Parts: sequence; structure tokens; C-alpha cells
Amino acid sequence: MPAVSMTVNGKAVSGNVEERTLLVQFLREQLRLTGTHVGCDTSQCGACVIHVDGIAAKSCTLLALQCEGASITTIEGLAEPGGALHPMQEAFREHHGLQCGYCTPGMIMSALDIVRRNGNDLDEHTIREQLDGNICRCTGYHNIVKAIAAGAKNMPKVGAQQAAE
Amino acid sequence: MSATGIGAAVRRKEDFRFVTGKGQYTDDVVRPGETRAVFVRSPHAHAKIKSIDVSAAKKMPGVIDVLTGADLATDKIGNLICGWMIHSKDGTPMKMSAHPALAAGKVNCVGDAVAVVIAESIAQGKEAAEKVKVDYDVLQAVIDPAKAQAKGAPQIHADIPNNTIYQWHLGDPKATAAAFAAAKHVTKLDIVNNRLVPNAMEPRAALAEYDEGSDHLTLWSTSQNPHVARLVISAFVGITPEHKLRVIAPDVGGGFGSKIFIYPEEVVCLWASRKVKRPVKWTSDRSEAFLTDAHGRDHVTHAELALDADGKILALRAKTIANLGAYMSTFSSSVPTYLYATLLSGQYNIPSIYCEVDAVYTNTAPVDAYRGAGRPEAAFVVERLMEVTARQMAIDPADLRKRNFITAFPHQTPVIMAYDAGDFHASLKKALELADVKGFGKRKREAARHGKLRGLGYSAYIEACGIAPSQAVGSLGAGVGLWESAEVRVNPTGSVEVLTGCHAHGQGHETTFAQLVSERLGIPFDNVSIVHGDTDKVQFGMGTYGSRSGAVGMSAIVKALDKIEAKAKKVAAYVLEAAEGDIEFKDGKFTVAGTDKSAAWGDVALNAYIAHKFVGADLEPGLKETSFYDPTNFTFPAGCHICEVEVDIDTGKTDIVNWTAIDDFGTVINPMIVEGQVHGGIAQGVGQALLEGAVYSKEGQLVTGSMMDYTMPRAHDLPSFHVGLTTTKSPSNPLGIKGCGEAGAIAAPAAVINAITDAIGTEDLAMPATANAVWSALQRAKPRQVA
Ligand code: FES
Ligand code: FES
Repeated sequence: MPAVSMTVNGKAVSGNVEERTLLVQFLREQLRLTGTHVGCDTSQCGACVIHVDGIAAKSCTLLALQCEGASITTIEGLAEPGGALHPMQEAFREHHGLQCGYCTPGMIMSALDIVRRNGNDLDEHTIREQLDGNICRCTGYHNIVKAIAAGAKNMPKVGAQQAAE
Repeated sequence: MSATGIGAAVRRKEDFRFVTGKGQYTDDVVRPGETRAVFVRSPHAHAKIKSIDVSAAKKMPGVIDVLTGADLATDKIGNLICGWMIHSKDGTPMKMSAHPALAAGKVNCVGDAVAVVIAESIAQGKEAAEKVKVDYDVLQAVIDPAKAQAKGAPQIHADIPNNTIYQWHLGDPKATAAAFAAAKHVTKLDIVNNRLVPNAMEPRAALAEYDEGSDHLTLWSTSQNPHVARLVISAFVGITPEHKLRVIAPDVGGGFGSKIFIYPEEVVCLWASRKVKRPVKWTSDRSEAFLTDAHGRDHVTHAELALDADGKILALRAKTIANLGAYMSTFSSSVPTYLYATLLSGQYNIPSIYCEVDAVYTNTAPVDAYRGAGRPEAAFVVERLMEVTARQMAIDPADLRKRNFITAFPHQTPVIMAYDAGDFHASLKKALELADVKGFGKRKREAARHGKLRGLGYSAYIEACGIAPSQAVGSLGAGVGLWESAEVRVNPTGSVEVLTGCHAHGQGHETTFAQLVSERLGIPFDNVSIVHGDTDKVQFGMGTYGSRSGAVGMSAIVKALDKIEAKAKKVAAYVLEAAEGDIEFKDGKFTVAGTDKSAAWGDVALNAYIAHKFVGADLEPGLKETSFYDPTNFTFPAGCHICEVEVDIDTGKTDIVNWTAIDDFGTVINPMIVEGQVHGGIAQGVGQALLEGAVYSKEGQLVTGSMMDYTMPRAHDLPSFHVGLTTTKSPSNPLGIKGCGEAGAIAAPAAVINAITDAIGTEDLAMPATANAVWSALQRAKPRQVA
């Protein structure tokens, strides 16, 4: 089995994987980072969203081998090591943006990417349109939308250039 | 109200683990030496199995065993069952056919499990599954419930003539017919309540482990009711005796009913783990979930409403065919009967009602309870009839409802239910104001200028929750009572553990149940923890569904807390050297009446265990109490939702531009959580009305078998909702709670369809009202008839 190395949540990791091993399988089964979830098999639900080199991606739709040398962030990598939540995590809690919690890691990772693309000041329409790749069956999205807007405001300012990219 | 007590919008205890990825769902649990189960499933809707050849599969790398229905029969593993007996009109019991966990010589729907491969990895299991050779003799399938009973229709189960499970009825046919004969106006509607796929975001999963040393089996399972699962798997399927089986339902990623039921995969994993002597895990992929999770709804109904000249309702009648799919799932029989026809009185005074329901087998996935379960179907019938009647009689729809509202309680409907509290005028009035119905005409004209058709639709729903009083459901055929249990353990330090028979899969019980304890005992919210979902820890309980956890589960906790208080007072009497009758308890403090002597909660808790001051003969040490609570009635949440839509004339696309929900849930423990439940329910109801619908080809292939084909509501399909409350307390439980979990899903479909049909001026519109369906309806539309 080929070897693969990458950085996950700031730590260098490596492992042997089959060619067909998906990134999400590598994260969940080999690294035991089970915060990244699998909700579908057609790349529709977004429960598996992580960041690859700072950009959101569906880890069910990437091969582990494709991520050789990449820097991956998962939901486990967001909070401060001491336990302080990232502002987006805090906003989901504060605004009741989750019920069963299954879609939540993917929602939060996608939300961060919406902020990266659009800046800290997000209107409802933008959030709803850009959340297209994430499905939640519990919340009706109402509080997720509120949480993302609030979390974006509480995040460090995203540079105009970064947001426009 | 304290900051963490009843009525406070306390932030949830469970959220830290979920927002940091530390939740533990079944698939996250890994056991040493675990193997993976991969099922071989039928590609045909209806076929005889001529032969199964597993020899090639068994030789594949990583394969530990390959098992079939024949092995299951050899080991005398029993069938899955439906636990609610329904009797037909003629008094005969319902006809239930066998449901083996692996097919026995015949498959009856696509996805039926034929064999299972136990392998070292999923990939190896899948490769081996491809090598299992099944020789099928394909039979003609019947998919459409309306055709299942026809002469010459394919017979699915040899022992069930005409594919008919029961022909049931409720109400008074003679009085109803007489009322119709005397009516001035009769409204007639044909309704298809579309089949839905629950699609909880966490797919079902099962992990079974056999411990040979103790001859015990443990099952981690995505279950809403682990004790019921244990009971059915042991007592009926006969895998192992009840006391040798532990079922753990850890974090569960949504259920909506679909995780109530006992499924073949759990049975097979348990059985296989004992055979291969290693843990066996199965995790459904989404494609399997579409084929094998119990679906919801799927009714075909003809309904009629009779009124006098003043728009007073005289009678209602309905005839429904309910599709139960290829096998009878755990509670399937009760859904189109006692959870449906009993709610056909809606919020209205209806002197007579008669409902007939035929339940049929078809070659489709089993159908069982899905959020609302029967009550959304009933609300849709009643609220569509009301809106169409209003249009036909040219009466304002709000006014027609007002003329017929029940205003005096208790109110005995003609269909079993005795409504015990409510104020339907209040919720309608508040909804009319919040939705600015007065300004609708102006908005409609404005929309017209932009080429849009605007419509307004009401849904004044009622439901029966707090499921359920055991005597009542027992007399209606339920196999188990639907009480709930609670155990309250006070530790020597005064902190409290509550063990509940309910199970949370998104509802936030760790928070709301702790609020109740914090308020009642006057102790910090953080000093309370809630334990659920493990049959080795918690005494028998019935689980969570039917919006029962507040009304029934919390009532059990209240009863146990009553006992705790009584016992703690005895202890306090020793501690304070006073008579027990003089002890008062308030805000976490015990005082002796008329004195300044007091003892804190923690002191009394500690002394209950130190026990030095007791006279042992009078008082046992310890502070732990148990209770079982059986409700005295159902609860009746009700309310009024108003949906406002804009339809694009050119494309038929519907936008929901405003949603108003006014609900009466009785006492609210945590308004933040309650609102969240309403939002989620509305989203599922809007999904049913606009987007979702399981489609089978006539051969029985599920055409909408993935999230690319079955439209799940996404953020941009929905608006933000305006929600509010009116309150009448439920008199049937000590807290006055009614329940809130299903209201949105019950109210929403009728509100949406009433709004769209208002906009487009025709009633000829079926769910889901996709852009194509609405556009086609517009093309077919004839001007609406006004009598
Ligand atoms: S698991 Fe559904 S999109 Fe990746
Ligand atoms: S919180 Fe359950 S799926 Fe989103």
C-alpha cells in the first residue's frame, strides 16, 4: 500500500493507504478523527467538509493520496488547545445552530469558508445560497444562518483581498 | 424564573462535544478485532430466489463468513414483528406476513437483504458481495397502493390475500351518511400524501459484540428506543435472552421516527458476531438508507366535508389506502389508524366522522412512523378540506375556521380523542396579526406587478402527543404500554444523576431535563447530569418519539423528584432534630417551620449516606428514587401556521416569502430548544410540500434513490420563520407540557399547498409542488368554481 504524508491540524501525519482510500476514511479510520462525518455517498450533504490548504473541500470526494503534502484542518483543529472555542463554534452554540450535531462539523467548516470568500459581514441571502453544499435535517437552517452571521462578525477581520479571492 | 430553570433559554450542555467533533455516534465506536458486515441486496422488487451460491465469495480475500437466510433458519432466528394489533371492520385480526432478517426464498422489495458478507474491511466485504451469485426468478411487482388490492394484482405474500393487511374503520357510518344527505354543501377532495424518505443525517449503524466468557451480547445502535430494541430482539427475534443483551444508543444523529424500528441489520450483526466470535459492524451508506430505512406517509385518500348553509360543519368522511410496503415495520399498523383517523376532527366541532382505512402490502420499502406519523396526514386532509370549502363557499378561510372552532373543554370528538385544553381562537388571532394578513391584498397586487402570483394558506392543526396513556393504547391494540421511567440518584456531594428511559437524538434532553432538576431542587444546573441510551445503566424505558419526552419522560422525573424530596425531608428532620412534618424545602434549603434552623441541600444529601444520625429501623440510608409515569391522557398541541408564497408564472417556482407559526405547547421548558424544534419540523413539512417524494418505477426501482434525485430541503429553499406561542397548559401531566417535536411537520404541508393553490387559482395540485408541478397545474387550470 502506498504511503501518504500530510499535516492534519498542525501535526505531521503519515500512513499507508490503498489507492482507493478516501480522505474521510483516512481521517476517521486511521487517524481516528471522527468529528468529520459521512452523511451521503453522492457528494451532496457536506457532513464531511474539511479544509485543504485553507479551502473547504468534501473529504468524501478526495482520495487520501491526492492530499500528499497538504495541510488539512478538521473540526478537531478549530478550538484552542486549552479548549476555548473558535468564534464560529461558539456562535453555533450560542444561537442553537445544531440539534443532533451530525451535520455540525461540516456546517462549521463550510461557514468558515463562506467568511473567507465573503468577509465578516454576511447577509442572510449570501449565507443561504452559499450553504448549498450542506444539508441539515434537524434545524430548518434558521438558527444555522443566524449562527454563521454572528460567528462571522466575531471572527478576526478577513482582509478585503482575501475575501475577494 | 432562575437563569437555568424552567422557561429559561439555557444554552445546551451537549453542544460543546458536537461543535468540537467530540460527539460519539455509533460508527465512531471501534471495538478490538472488529469486522464489517456488507449486505447483498435484491436488485429486484419481487422475485423468487432459485439459488444462492456463496462459495466464490467465501474464497475472497479478507472474508470471514458469508451467511444467508438458510443459515438464519437453521439457527432458528425469529422474524421481525409489528407490535400493534389492528382489527378489521369484520373483527378479524390484521394479517401480518413473516419478515425474516435475511430473505427466505423470496425477495419483496429492492434492497431486501439476501445475504451478508462478514469481512475484515468494507472494501473486501463489498468485493466479496459482488461474488455472491443469486439466481432470481423475477416476478411482476405491484407498487401503486391503489392497485394492490385489484383482482389479478401480483400476490406479495402467499398468506395475505389481495395484499390486504386490514380493512379498518372508525366512527359512525350511519350518522355520517345522514349528515351528508342533509348537507347544503359538500366539499370533495382526492389527496395523495406523498411517500417520504426520512433521511436523518446520520445513517443507521449497528455494532455487535459477543463476549464468550459471559455469554453476553452488546449492541451499539442508532436507536431512538434501546430498551424496546432489546425487548424485540430478545423476546421476539430470539437472538438471546433479554438479560444477556445490552443495547447502547450513543449519540444519534437524528431519527424522526426512522430509528424507532427494529431492522434486519441489527439482528444480523448480533447473530453474526456470535457466529464469528468477533465484533461485527454495519454502517449504512446513504444509498442503502434510501432503500432500507422505513419510509413515511404514502396515503391515497378520498375525503369529503359536509356543511350547512352557514358554513357549519356537519360531518367528515374519508377513505384511505395506506401503503405499508413489503413488510410490516415495528409500529406501521398504528400509523394510518390510531395516529391518523383519531385526529380527523382537527380543531373543529364535527358532529360525525367516519373513516375507513385499508392497509396494503406493495413491493416497496416498509413504511412506518416519520415525524408526525399519521397526524400530518390527518391535518392535511382536514386543513385542505377547510381551505377548499372556504373558497367554494366564498367564506374567508379564517372566518370559516372561527365558525367551527371547538371552544369548550374537555371536548369529546367522535373519533376517540378527548381534547382537554386549548384556545384555537387565540392562536389564529395571533397568527393573523403576526402574518399581517390585513396587508396581504396590497402585497398580492404588488407581486402581480412583477409577474408573480401571491397566495396565503392557513393550517390550524391539532395533534395528539405525549404518547401515550397505556390503558388507552392497550385497548386499541398496542403491544406495550407507553409510560416512561426515571431514576434520580442524589450523590453524597449533592450532585444529581437522572437516568431516563427517553433517548435524545437532537432534542437536548441533557439540557432541558437538567433545567427541571435544577429548578426543583434549587441546585446548580451544572450539578445535574442526564444518563440515557444504555440498557445496562437505565431501567426499562420506552424511548423518544411522538413528542413524548417532555410530557411523559419529564413527568416521570417529577414523580421521582417528589419521592426524593419526601425522603430528603425525613433525613433533614434527623439532621435538624425536628419533626418531619415541620420541615420545609425551598430553593435548595431545608428549614424548620417557624425557626431559623436550616440545612443546605448538600448537607442533607451527605447525611443521607453517612446515616450516623438515623435510627436505621425508621429510615434506610441513601437518596435514590425511581418512578414510572403513565400519562392520564394524550396531550394536544395545536396552533395556526400561515404560509405566504410567491409563484413565478413563467416557471412555476414557488418562493415562501413569509412563514408565521403560532403554537400552543403548554409549558415550555426551554424556548430556544422549542423554537428549534418548530423550525426543523416546518422544514420537513415544507420539504414534503415542495420538494420531497419517493418515486418508484412501475418495476419497483427506487428512482429517487440518492440525494441527487431526492430533493432534501437546503438553506436556500427556506425562509427564516416567525414563530410565537400561546399557552394553555396540559391538564394531563404535572408540568402542563404538551410537546413540540412534530408540530411543524404536521402543520406545514397544508399551509404550503393552501397558499400555492390560493396563488394559482386551482386545487388541482399534488405534493411535492415542484416548479414543474405548479407550472403544469397553471397550464391545466380552469377558473375556480364559486358556489
Ligand atoms: S459525505 Fe456527503 S458530501 Fe461528503
Ligand atoms: S443538527 Fe442534525 S442534521 Fe443538522
